Amino acid sequence: MKEKNLILNIGVVLLLALLFFFVSDYHDGIIARILILAIFAMGYNLLFGYTGMLSLGHAMFFATGMYGYGLSVELWNFTALEGLVFSLLVSLLFSMGIGILTLRTKGVAFMIVTLMFSQVFYLVVLLFSEYTGGDEGFVISPQGRTLFGLNFVDPTNKYFASLFLFALVLLSLTLFVRTRTGKCFVAIRENEQRAEMLGYDVWTHKFLAIIISGVISGLGGATYTLIFGYAGAAFAEVHYSILPLLWVLLGGAGTLVGPLIGTVFAFYLIDISSGFTSAYLLIVGLVIVLLTLFAPQGLAGEIKRKVAPWLL
Amino acid sequence: MVTISHLSTKGLVKNFGGIKAIKDVDFDLPKGQIRALIGPNGAGKSTFVGMISGRIAPSQGKIFFADQNITNLPAHKRICLGIAYTFQITSVFSRLTVHENVALAVRRNRQFNRTEVEEQVCNILTKVGLLNRSSSEVRELSYGHQRLLEIAMGLGQEPSLFILDEPTQGLAESEILAFSSILKSMSGNTTVLLIEHNMDIVMATAEYITVMNFGQILAEGTPSEIRSNEAVQLAYLGKT
Repeated sequence: MKEKNLILNIGVVLLLALLFFFVSDYHDGIIARILILAIFAMGYNLLFGYTGMLSLGHAMFFATGMYGYGLSVELWNFTALEGLVFSLLVSLLFSMGIGILTLRTKGVAFMIVTLMFSQVFYLVVLLFSEYTGGDEGFVISPQGRTLFGLNFVDPTNKYFASLFLFALVLLSLTLFVRTRTGKCFVAIRENEQRAEMLGYDVWTHKFLAIIISGVISGLGGATYTLIFGYAGAAFAEVHYSILPLLWVLLGGAGTLVGPLIGTVFAFYLIDISSGFTSAYLLIVGLVIVLLTLFAPQGLAGEIKRKVAPWLL
Repeated sequence: MVTISHLSTKGLVKNFGGIKAIKDVDFDLPKGQIRALIGPNGAGKSTFVGMISGRIAPSQGKIFFADQNITNLPAHKRICLGIAYTFQITSVFSRLTVHENVALAVRRNRQFNRTEVEEQVCNILTKVGLLNRSSSEVRELSYGHQRLLEIAMGLGQEPSLFILDEPTQGLAESEILAFSSILKSMSGNTTVLLIEHNMDIVMATAEYITVMNFGQILAEGTPSEIRSNEAVQLAYLGKT
């Protein structure tokens, strides 16, 4: 049952690698973007889908990685590798700080507190427009888009770098959710009080969940900037806190492939429907309503419920 | 009788606002004993064990477990010291499988050895008779089976002190019999503190009984001593 998940997810990665050769450049570009945003969604899913903590402020973690990378490369002339390490360190420290502060709350209060911190983050980004470029953002210079000799202006490099990072996170999480700690996250989601009375340190596990989730989201933000060469305040806005929630819900919260499925679905739903009509949001809304009615567990969640209970 | 006390409380008090739920309780439980805690509804039994397990903070007094003052330890640390607690109102992971519920209990002690965990889960499920439901989701189980699962989770922790808060509440006669045999099989290695209203079980399994009333200990003694105690009869058992 455990190997099935690993095999399935390796299969997904291989399929995505093959896909590159069969679809147009346009779709290659979209899929590369989807893969990086799916990293963000997977980070979100670890906290929401696996640990049961609903954050409405994950844009701040994504943007921390984004600005940690973008600013260090552009302002302080870090190399891409240094920038990447730096942005992950900043994401780690930031998640720890946010974790300590927000874990004083639970449930609805946790949602509101994360939302508020994220809004503060957004306003700080705007306040320092001189450096962050505010809403307009800034473009990364060529030296900041080259890592290990690979230039990410090139579409092939873009695609495979995105896929590599996506696979790295997906397979790490596949291994992680099977560990004692990963299973304790699920126990906390299902019945926090019981988990505590089985001797699990609930606070520490939740803290760890925020940190891992925050760092993965930060990795998404940093690599988005590295690969697509742009950082901007739009990614710190509340919009980008709701999107990962939507992707995870559509794809299946608490499943490993759910975030990818949800992100692909949401992107192509918009892409295809906007080809038919300018009122595409109407179609998007309708499909989301139908999905909530008929597949409340999300796409992968329904597959898990109906045909593949072994799906992790 | 000189015994080593496994669990003891000194001057334990709990006030809920103006209500004194527990008044100055000194309690001693020797190692390896099966002890029943009985008393009328509202006597403070659940509050008392709640303070021992760490779910409720005492207003005053001290709690000692295995020669250690545990009064200020959080619940999960007390559990790690070897206390297991089953809830009066069934509290399980209802969307997870029976197997995973017990595995979560077993795994905390044996984090690195998967095969050992598997074996232990299998043993325990056999013992409580739930092995054939191993891969069912808990919410599909009958109430009685969920109660048994809760006991299985307690066993899975291999506790040195097992606190059971009204474990047979709502169980069928046959399930109660199964429960008492499980309880008896634990004696010797595990100290048991059992809150129970079913006097047949208490009299059949307990080696010693503590009777609580109005937040105080009314009487303590062997089952036959308690049965013949005037004050206990008046407060709880009723005259026959």
